[in-house]
Amino acid sequence: MDIAIKDGKIVEKVDEKKAEVVDASRMIVMPGGVDIHCHIAGAEVNSGRILRPEDHFKDVEAKTALTRSGVGYSIPSTFTTGYRYSRMGYTTVMNPSMPPLEARHTHEELDDTPMVDKATYPLLGDWWFVLEHLRDGLLEECAAHVAWMMSATKGYAIKIVNPGGLEAWGFGRNVKNLDDPVRYFNITPREILRGLCRVNKLLNMPHTIHVHTNNLGQPGNYLTTLETMKCVEDLAEEGHPAIHITHCQFSAFKGSDWGTMSSGAEEIAKYVNHHSHVTLDMGQVIFTDTTTMTADGPFQYGLYQLSGNKWVNHDVETETSAGIVPFRYKRKSAVHATQWSIALELALLIKDPWKIYMTTDHPNGGPFTAYPHIIAWLMSGVARKKTMSKISKRARRKSLLPSIARELGFYEIAIVTRAGQAKALGLKQKGHLGVGADADVAVYDINPELVDPSKKYKTARRAFKRAAYTIKGGEIVVKDGQIVRPVFGKTFWVDVKTSLPIEVNDDIKRKFREYWTVEYENYPIPDRFLHVPAPIPVKAEV
Amino acid sequence: MTVVTGVTCPVCGTFCDDIELVVKDNVITDVRNACAMGAAKFLNYSTHRNLRPLVRKNGELVEASIDEAVKRAAEILVDATYPILYGWSNTSCEAIRVGVELTEEVGGVIDNTSTVCHGPSVLSIQDVGIASCTLGQLRHRADLIFYWASNPWSAHPRHIERYTMFSEGRFQKSAWRGYLSRLGGIMSRKRLRRAANLVLRRDVFATPEVERRLPYSMFQKKRKMVVVDVRNTRTAEAADYFLQVEPNKDYELLQAFRMLIRDEELDVSEVAGVPVEILEEVADVMVGCELGILFFGVGLTMSEGKLRNVDAALNLTRDLNSHTKFLIMPMRGHFNVTGADVVFAWQTGYPYAIDFSHGYPRYNPGETSVIDILCRDEADASLIIASDPVAHFPQKAAQNLVKKPLIAIDPEVTPTTLMADVVFPSAFVGIEAHGTAYRMDHVPLPLKKIVEPPKTCLPDTEILQRILHKVRKLRREQN
Amino acid sequence: MPKLKVSLLTGRTIDQGKGKEMGKLSKEYSESVVICQMDPNDMKFLGIKESTNVKVITDFGSVVLKAVKSARVPHPKVAFIPYGPWASLIMNPRTHGTGMPSMKGIPAEIEPAPNEKVLSLHDLLGQFRKEGQP
Repeated sequence: MDIAIKDGKIVEKVDEKKAEVVDASRMIVMPGGVDIHCHIAGAEVNSGRILRPEDHFKDVEAKTALTRSGVGYSIPSTFTTGYRYSRMGYTTVMNPSMPPLEARHTHEELDDTPMVDKATYPLLGDWWFVLEHLRDGLLEECAAHVAWMMSATKGYAIKIVNPGGLEAWGFGRNVKNLDDPVRYFNITPREILRGLCRVNKLLNMPHTIHVHTNNLGQPGNYLTTLETMKCVEDLAEEGHPAIHITHCQFSAFKGSDWGTMSSGAEEIAKYVNHHSHVTLDMGQVIFTDTTTMTADGPFQYGLYQLSGNKWVNHDVETETSAGIVPFRYKRKSAVHATQWSIALELALLIKDPWKIYMTTDHPNGGPFTAYPHIIAWLMSGVARKKTMSKISKRARRKSLLPSIARELGFYEIAIVTRAGQAKALGLKQKGHLGVGADADVAVYDINPELVDPSKKYKTARRAFKRAAYTIKGGEIVVKDGQIVRPVFGKTFWVDVKTSLPIEVNDDIKRKFREYWTVEYENYPIPDRFLHVPAPIPVKAEV
Repeated sequence: MTVVTGVTCPVCGTFCDDIELVVKDNVITDVRNACAMGAAKFLNYSTHRNLRPLVRKNGELVEASIDEAVKRAAEILVDATYPILYGWSNTSCEAIRVGVELTEEVGGVIDNTSTVCHGPSVLSIQDVGIASCTLGQLRHRADLIFYWASNPWSAHPRHIERYTMFSEGRFQKSAWRGYLSRLGGIMSRKRLRRAANLVLRRDVFATPEVERRLPYSMFQKKRKMVVVDVRNTRTAEAADYFLQVEPNKDYELLQAFRMLIRDEELDVSEVAGVPVEILEEVADVMVGCELGILFFGVGLTMSEGKLRNVDAALNLTRDLNSHTKFLIMPMRGHFNVTGADVVFAWQTGYPYAIDFSHGYPRYNPGETSVIDILCRDEADASLIIASDPVAHFPQKAAQNLVKKPLIAIDPEVTPTTLMADVVFPSAFVGIEAHGTAYRMDHVPLPLKKIVEPPKTCLPDTEILQRILHKVRKLRREQN
Repeated sequence: MPKLKVSLLTGRTIDQGKGKEMGKLSKEYSESVVICQMDPNDMKFLGIKESTNVKVITDFGSVVLKAVKSARVPHPKVAFIPYGPWASLIMNPRTHGTGMPSMKGIPAEIEPAPNEKVLSLHDLLGQFRKEGQP
């Protein structure tokens, strides 16, 4: 079968005599990879870079005639990030955590991240305007303000991190569960989640709310996660997802303390298998030295206390917080090894691959460059067993993995690494190779008719590490794992059209000096600030 | 006449963005909301400036065309084996991005003014981490404000008014009134003292060297400000309490606080010239606050101990978080020194002192930092942008800098442009050119173009792009 | 002649900040940075008055500046010079492996120099000769 490409799109056919031909026979052809959640740009990522010169010393990329130099490992410099994704056949990458006040920073870095299309999610779960409007039951007003924010920050989806907990962290506190009210604001995490879920629907956002749960990283939190999924159950339309639980592994711990910590994957998978309103991503842990960074300030403080490693905290006025702690996941640690197991259990126990996607929550579980390893674990019981033989005994005893025979095939891998993610994101032109799709294509040098990945998992791993070809927007940008043509990617943002833009403007303008320390006119990012802006117009119901 | 509002002020790290400018016929005629430094810049920026590119011929700087200057600059950089490209804190992020690319292209070293300012702070953040925030967080929540080895009244004049003591927040109110009454007291004491000196010819009102007790306001449940410094400053006068530390003793004082908040006993009677009873009382105030912030200045990074002083401060605030919320922030000097660190880091992984001579970024302050390179006399050319190292580097470093070919990009005439071999007069970014810069708390804000620059003065970004382009061309020709 | 051992600080002042923005060649700027702020008692010890020239000497060089009384006292044996080309002449260039020279708390000696002149910026820069130049 041939795939025809013209003007950056997949088309019915082209004039074969004039066309450049890429011979992909005996290889696997997939749509370009799509990553739904990886921290690659912005204030917290960059603070991580500044914090960790030791992370960069061991992994450098020299300048070439075509490419810029940089550093790699867990928090690569921007150019290196783009190149490394592209070499693995990825073409679309979503940056999930943007403090709205520092949105300019995120976009400056995304502009310097070549090779991939990208978008970024503003953190809105603890924004004072959201808390106040939802508390007062002003749903439509809240929606209109969120729409303003999407445009002001050039954002793509509503990101919620530890709802209510980040505002509480402003005074060094946290919230305990979905019904623990936020001090001074008299609103609960449950109300925030439900409110923003309804806002998301009112605005017709292409993606669902993107949720990092309360109590993340704490034993027993799988119950919070189940509650979180349940709390928007009634808001979902049949067959349509209403919530994305991100890096679910970190929110799937059973047990009452670290000594009894075990996997809650089975319960979560059971729930997800019986409901259609949830999508997840894995948040796979890799046994390596990495850098954890989230907007979840209290969680990061806890991790600092647990590890004693250096700690960065960055609270953002009126909006959110952030924290960074370097971290090493050790095979011989029962907790870390259990975490490793949980993410794979989730991916294998959830029957429908369209509901769970492959991520490491880069760099929180490990750097994205480890994706080929995860693919090997997903495709091969032998690969899992091999790693399993090297982990903590206690974790091994408790792991569900030995009881799981499922091995994903190439089609399922294509779903969990691109098609499913594109669908969840509402990126209609990504994640497939049908006519009209963006001509983002990855070709991997592995013959699915001859190679059985469950046995030859190393061959598969090698193939996914270095794409034979990456085609971005119809141009060959990678050949044999080498960048052959540097390109800019687009930056998607959701341009929500509401009926009340002027009133919202006035309301925000009035409160602006009270809430922030910058002037109203200096806050929104103009479209021209982005290198290649790609607004997605959406008509809202308010 | 037009009034331009919401202008960012391209002077200090406070980076106020509420300036209003009155513009008439491409001239700024009035400035509102700015401090003395900001107003001086907006009103006088064009008095001492170069208007044409200059190239040194037979020892004299003579006017040249822009193309000639670009060519000469490119030749200098291409011929050099280890050039340094230094400055960057007073230009836009857009220019800095080109600067990193240019340095990579010529295999040189890029460094910004952090290296002689908060460089040691960066080094200790890399050891310890930092618990920080944006400034609005403090306006809304901070009830205890420390300025340590920093004098915002002089260096960041609107910092206190916009973000700390005198700002009005959601949970904390301005402490302006308390200050006014305190100031009244200070002024009348000063007047009495002058009169007494005149009449009695002796200093009857001389303040005792150290007060033995904290003033009452330090125990009230409201916003308070403490200044720790080696000398009394105007900021110190505005504070609820001024703690005078002996020069080079900050480290001892910080570590003493760390011990006290851990309830350990100090078996000395004073530390760094401060009685222990006072320290105990201050430590109690720290532990008891709702949200504390410690701003520190280059008084810590430039005195003995350097990064170790900052280590101690970072550790102190980190420890305090097991009792309450306590944050810390360096008082960054130039309006975009934070942006220089930020751009360097996203492009190379490192915030300053980056060496591209191996083809990839390498970082080792003390070795790859400009002062060290110059003192070892290793650089064989330099490009200085928006900075004045000839005036501000120690003599030996400055001497070695001017010995070798020197390219200067600066809107103003400075000691560095006077000593340069190629001078590019640039447009003032934030007045005559737009761009992006980062406030000291990492909040990015737009720099605006208010008036047209003189035709011969290009924006930094464009000058650098032209040099980069020419360098690439020359190198292609050489190969 | 009396000599005074001090701990030398350099730093910003609002006048220096303003002067800098007026232009490095402006009178305001050079007037704001060619001063050495001292404790009045220290000045008494040296037998000098406001605006008397003093010579400040460190291990790394010496410079003649105008002594002025500090507005905020006491700070015995501590002297303050605003940042600028004059202060740079006597700074400690050693970074101790940190990249940062020492600019505060430098041991220094101050002596009266009523007959010596403060260098002009032009003369000061004249000391930096280009190689091969006279």
